[in-house]
Amino acid sequence: MSETDLIIIGAGPAGLAAARMAADCGLAVLLLDEQRAAGGQIYRNVDGVSDAEAAVLGKDYLSGRKLTSALAHPKIQHFHHAVVWQVSGDCRVSYSIDGNGTTVAGRALLIATGAVERPMPIPGWTLPGVMTAGAAQILLKQSGVAAANAVLAGSGPLLYLVASQLCRAGQPPRALVETQGPRDLAGALRHGAGALRGWKYPLKGLGLLAELRRAGVERHTGARDIRIEGNDRTEVLTFKTRSGFKRIDCRTVLLHHGVVPNTQITRSVEIEHRWDVGQSCFVPARDDWGRTSLERVFVAGDGGGIGGAEAAALKGRLSALAAACDLGYLEASAKDEAARPIRRALAKEMAARPFIDMAYPPYREALIPGDGTIICRCEEIDAAEIRRCVSLGCEGPNQTKAYCRAGMGACQGRYCGLTVTNILSDELGRSPDEVGYYRIRAPLKPVTLGELAAMHEDKTEGIQT
Amino acid sequence: MKADSDFQILGRLKSQVSIIFDGNAVQVRQGGNLAAELLAAGITTFRRTPKSGAQRGPFCMMGACYDCLVSIDGIVRQSCMLTAEDGLVVERAGPGAGTDE
Amino acid sequence: METDYAIIGGGVVGLSVAWGLLSLGRRVVVLDGGDGSYRASRGNFGLVWIQSKGLNEPRYARWSQRSTGLWKEFAEELACHTGHDVGLEQEGGYDLHFSEETLAATVAKYEVLKAELDGNYPYEVLGHNALRQAEPEIGGDVVGAILHHQDGQANPLRLLKALADDVRRMGGRVLNGKTVDYVDRSDGFFLECDDGTTVRSERVVLCAGLGAATLGPKLGFKAPIRPQRGQVIITEKLPKMINRPSLIARQTDEGGIQMGATNEEVGFDDGTTTEGIAKVARDAVRAFPKLAKAQVVRTWGALRVMSPDGLPIYQESAEMPGAFLVTCHSGITLAAAHARLLPHWLEKATGAPDLEVFSESRF
Repeated sequence: MSETDLIIIGAGPAGLAAARMAADCGLAVLLLDEQRAAGGQIYRNVDGVSDAEAAVLGKDYLSGRKLTSALAHPKIQHFHHAVVWQVSGDCRVSYSIDGNGTTVAGRALLIATGAVERPMPIPGWTLPGVMTAGAAQILLKQSGVAAANAVLAGSGPLLYLVASQLCRAGQPPRALVETQGPRDLAGALRHGAGALRGWKYPLKGLGLLAELRRAGVERHTGARDIRIEGNDRTEVLTFKTRSGFKRIDCRTVLLHHGVVPNTQITRSVEIEHRWDVGQSCFVPARDDWGRTSLERVFVAGDGGGIGGAEAAALKGRLSALAAACDLGYLEASAKDEAARPIRRALAKEMAARPFIDMAYPPYREALIPGDGTIICRCEEIDAAEIRRCVSLGCEGPNQTKAYCRAGMGACQGRYCGLTVTNILSDELGRSPDEVGYYRIRAPLKPVTLGELAAMHEDKTEGIQT
Repeated sequence: MKADSDFQILGRLKSQVSIIFDGNAVQVRQGGNLAAELLAAGITTFRRTPKSGAQRGPFCMMGACYDCLVSIDGIVRQSCMLTAEDGLVVERAGPGAGTDE
Repeated sequence: METDYAIIGGGVVGLSVAWGLLSLGRRVVVLDGGDGSYRASRGNFGLVWIQSKGLNEPRYARWSQRSTGLWKEFAEELACHTGHDVGLEQEGGYDLHFSEETLAATVAKYEVLKAELDGNYPYEVLGHNALRQAEPEIGGDVVGAILHHQDGQANPLRLLKALADDVRRMGGRVLNGKTVDYVDRSDGFFLECDDGTTVRSERVVLCAGLGAATLGPKLGFKAPIRPQRGQVIITEKLPKMINRPSLIARQTDEGGIQMGATNEEVGFDDGTTTEGIAKVARDAVRAFPKLAKAQVVRTWGALRVMSPDGLPIYQESAEMPGAFLVTCHSGITLAAAHARLLPHWLEKATGAPDLEVFSESRF
């Protein structure tokens, strides 16, 4: 088994920044990432886009090139297209590249697997033609492909960003259907002071909205009872607002109501997690260096709590400093000294966060969906089935999983886990922390039986087992 | 790319190659993301679910949702994590795979 | 007294016993654990199985056979009451062999057992070609198989759900999220849980799986049970490719191929290891080469509830009469016996099965 000082999983802003910082401290770094190029989702394909695409995506996106170019360092080994499918708490990581599996041992491990979009189960969300807003953005970044005549639905600044990027790409969206209402904004404004310190984010949001107005994009707010209908594919989106029932014919719907930490790996190694009330999601418990309940296992970036790309890079650097210190490459005092400016920048970066969280709360009907709405896309289980399991005595997601198969499919609960916890919390009158979450098991990503079998070291034939 | 596709390729077309999707030749960009190329070619249904046979297409484009599954050389894989190469033979995943609709 | 029986443990074993007692008209309270409890009912392989059991104790083979004989009617009754099809198939099962030597050695053992069972051990040996007729996907490394006609499989999770449903329908009270931590016997039994819940009952049946190791001594049992880990793999749902189950692989009624299992003495660690999973995968791919292309959806470790000799324990407490220990590692195979026969033994009814061979006095 090969060995290294620090294994970093994920080459998004946190992983990239951490890799360089750790390498600068002298650590041998192995950076594993499943994409074909560094950047994560936020800076996806940042080194590969054409000038025309770059103009569509904007300069925040292009700033990711500073991070990817910093990977050129003799101490950093970057494996792209490396699919991590098993991680153990003692810093061993099993991964496959082009169908060949291997295991590597680290002296420390940094999990920097970022965020996934918050599941948004609404009626019809499994129909072809429904995607996440993030997916539409990935299509732009990775492939220069723009969704035409799309309807964007949900809440959050990403909707504005994707909508304006589509406008710039010459494919203005058909409509923007937002779930947040004026009361959410009023509540958020009470956090005005914080928002002022992080002034650039609200200002950016206003700029994007102005851009959408100029492009003539139809916009609705306070939407509820959002449904997508169609025979085998998306045909129409309906919803209600204070001005009544609306119906929009469309073939593409882009959903989004916030992002949440991708906790598949942190759950699989059984790091402690806690419910973050402000962001309505579980986050791995970590100290302000990203240390977790497991020795020498760190979490940085949005995977440890949503803060955005710039905060993620800063958190990655902090974790790299702590790992360097823990492995004896850096004195504690030097670590603290180096961390000081990073922490100042981080505080500024996080200042607008409560404002954004309050102004764009998740769509409540998608947090605790009504009976009949599919919540587990893989096994096609609806919310009513979870409630039936409660009447049979299920008190947690692992019991409902055994009783109705929600969470047993290929996505391993990524798109139903939070919903099941929320429904159970609601039905049982207990906090999400008390209800808990799925036990996540390997493989974290697809691996064929043949790949696994090839990793068996005893090749002796003729042994009956 | 089809003119009536719901997904439009920006800018000028790079070198096109041919892949087979469910028995039909589809023109795609060499080296492009497979799911993106299929969407741009106007394909919406990538798989059918094993339980109900419902049609599904790409949802997350980042390897998390498993709804863009296709079958290549007998192995069911996430098309959003694959690259389109000349001559690739791709089938819809799930019940009825390989049959024309 | 608020109930006739308090059953500690709401897995397949506890619910099967509860179901049987309710069928006899007894009042039952089931005390079940929480979401994170070790639950063999959730992690097991789902075989309804005879071959290789009781090679050194024919009475265990016979007890298992009585259960598999009752299983069909039991499954039908559950389906009729609850609408849950528990997926029972009893069309036989295989012990697959990669070498002639192990096949011959196993057959020799089966012959001895068959004689002790008065010939009631219906198995046949299939050579590679005959096996290939029955299982077209079998691999070239498999030299042959023992096909035992009393073997079969079920869907263990739907069995668990059907029992949970039907026990409630029949009026059983099931209390969830409970850990019993105090037991007293004066006028009947008094049980207290960690959350303060109390139950008074005439009798207590301890079906708490591995939990019985700690609770057993409080009721006067030795309860010499330990965890033994089995690592299991399940694939994506596939078109039908395996007809009969084997100890290496079976196709569930939902389509996934389930493969198992390791036998590891690692205490209460129910995790998985790359080495363990790779070995299970290797055996399965040797047996069914087509599986090499199947995507793995999930692996897990489940803890078997093992006694020193691997047999069940059925014991009434000498110290606290009216308290019974019921524990085994074959809760699925024995579910029908636990539902149909064991309640008579608990009731000391005439015609109750003689379970003396399974008492704790053997340890």
